[in-house]
Amino acid sequence: MGKKVALTGNEAAAHAIRQINPDVIAAFPITPSTPIPQAVAQFIADGEMDTELVTVESEHSAMSACIGAAAAGGRVMTATSANGYALMWEMLYIASGMRLPIVMAVVARALSSPLNIHGDHSDIMGGRDTGWIQLISENSQEAYDNLIQAVKIAENKDVMTPALVAQDGFNTSHTIEIWELEDDQKVKEFIGEYEPLYPMLNTDEPITHGAWAPPNWYFEHKMNQLKGLLNAKDVVEKVGKEFGDAFGRYYGLYEAYKLDDAEYVIVAAGSVCGTTKDVVDELRENGVKAGLLKIRLFRPFPYKELAEALQSAKAIAVLDRVSPAGAQGGPLFTEIRSALYDTLSRAPVINYTYGLGGRDTQPKHINSVFETLKKIVETGKVEKQFDCLNLRGVWR
Amino acid sequence: MAEKLLNWDEVLIGGVIKDPGNSKQYETGSWRVERPVWNPDTCIQCMFCWVYCPDSAIKVDENGKMAGIDYTYCKGCGICVEQCPSKPKSLKMILEAEAKGKTEEELRKEVFSSEK
Ligand code: SF4
Ligand code: SF4
Repeated sequence: MGKKVALTGNEAAAHAIRQINPDVIAAFPITPSTPIPQAVAQFIADGEMDTELVTVESEHSAMSACIGAAAAGGRVMTATSANGYALMWEMLYIASGMRLPIVMAVVARALSSPLNIHGDHSDIMGGRDTGWIQLISENSQEAYDNLIQAVKIAENKDVMTPALVAQDGFNTSHTIEIWELEDDQKVKEFIGEYEPLYPMLNTDEPITHGAWAPPNWYFEHKMNQLKGLLNAKDVVEKVGKEFGDAFGRYYGLYEAYKLDDAEYVIVAAGSVCGTTKDVVDELRENGVKAGLLKIRLFRPFPYKELAEALQSAKAIAVLDRVSPAGAQGGPLFTEIRSALYDTLSRAPVINYTYGLGGRDTQPKHINSVFETLKKIVETGKVEKQFDCLNLRGVWR
Repeated sequence: MAEKLLNWDEVLIGGVIKDPGNSKQYETGSWRVERPVWNPDTCIQCMFCWVYCPDSAIKVDENGKMAGIDYTYCKGCGICVEQCPSKPKSLKMILEAEAKGKTEEELRKEVFSSEK
């Protein structure tokens, strides 16, 4: 049993990093994730960690330094948000291509322009194809638990792929919640020692990292990399169970909330799931078969398992906290819909964009989604495949 | 240069290379459009070209002296020519097409005939 603490999501991430005590952290401050490296710097100054903190001049350099340190054989972590994450872009692909199990806390935030420092998923969704494992947290507890698990997942020999753990900017990062902080020693034992596969600093076995691969090699390396990412799925399940055995909180690929017999289902990720659970509870009290499928692992996307979990649904609404940007819908929507195509139940699936740039999403908005789903089932008609939640003016 | 092309599930993770020095198998000389020609008569043996050459294509003899260009690896970038400090320059670029069928000695005479 951990110790109950009342701290923010950022502090939850910082404590996880303190307990993981990586060899190297290279980070650059950006709202809303700044308090993470700030707290870590304090921990180091106070002698509670012996991590080498590399202060750099940009996020591109932060990720570059992380890559160098990880190639050298270190356990490496960092944190960022939004435009900082975007500035890392080039290096994110290099980290995953070089199979370096860097773990990054991302406090998800809107991308400019217009300039906005508040929460949404524009950053992590934009980076969904960078080859990183992506775990999305609903609250501070999960942000803490997921970071600890991410180390074990990323460093698994069959995976060896960097992982990011996202939490929602401000909704989670700056909100004080009560969560359980586990014992330092127990966390240390859980993650274990890191044994790098090919450390550059091992002069007994000289190796080259980051070499060129011409057309007759590149393809094979990329598919080898993909296999590592796909292998993460089973490892996420395994580590989620081990984490439960050690600390009492079990994790799977996703969370099924009152989903078994649910007819009206919302699929969502992040802090909005907390609001949705409250609405589901209320609807259930009134006999409405509402349910929530909460995305935890977004990359690799466990499409078979998610489609399986949605088989009782008569109508589904997928909530994306990002603009569809010209696609048929948001990234979560298109992938969920595609996953259902091969299954028996092809329930109607609709899509909402919500919460852009920190826009509030309240129970009444979630309620309106369930109302729409009920109407779809009653009439057999989908009036709008795509709509917006809490947007001024009717989207058309 | 018979390299074994491995399948996707045989390649080393992350494109790591375990056999150091295998860049020798890659003959960058095949990229060349232009080539540097060396004039030992004006060369002051400063070894700048050896320091700057990105492909280690400057040959060095047993006395540590500049001994010509290794055209198996020289990719013809011209960096050695740019930084050669002797006056006149002891390295000059010529088109690869113009070098066809000629010996190094013949080329040397042709290129440097105006400079003593
Ligand atoms: S041309 Fe470039 S590659 Fe060739 S010897 Fe000069 S510096 Fe080296
Ligand atoms: S840089 Fe010029 S002068 Fe110096 S060693 Fe090379 S060829 Fe000779």
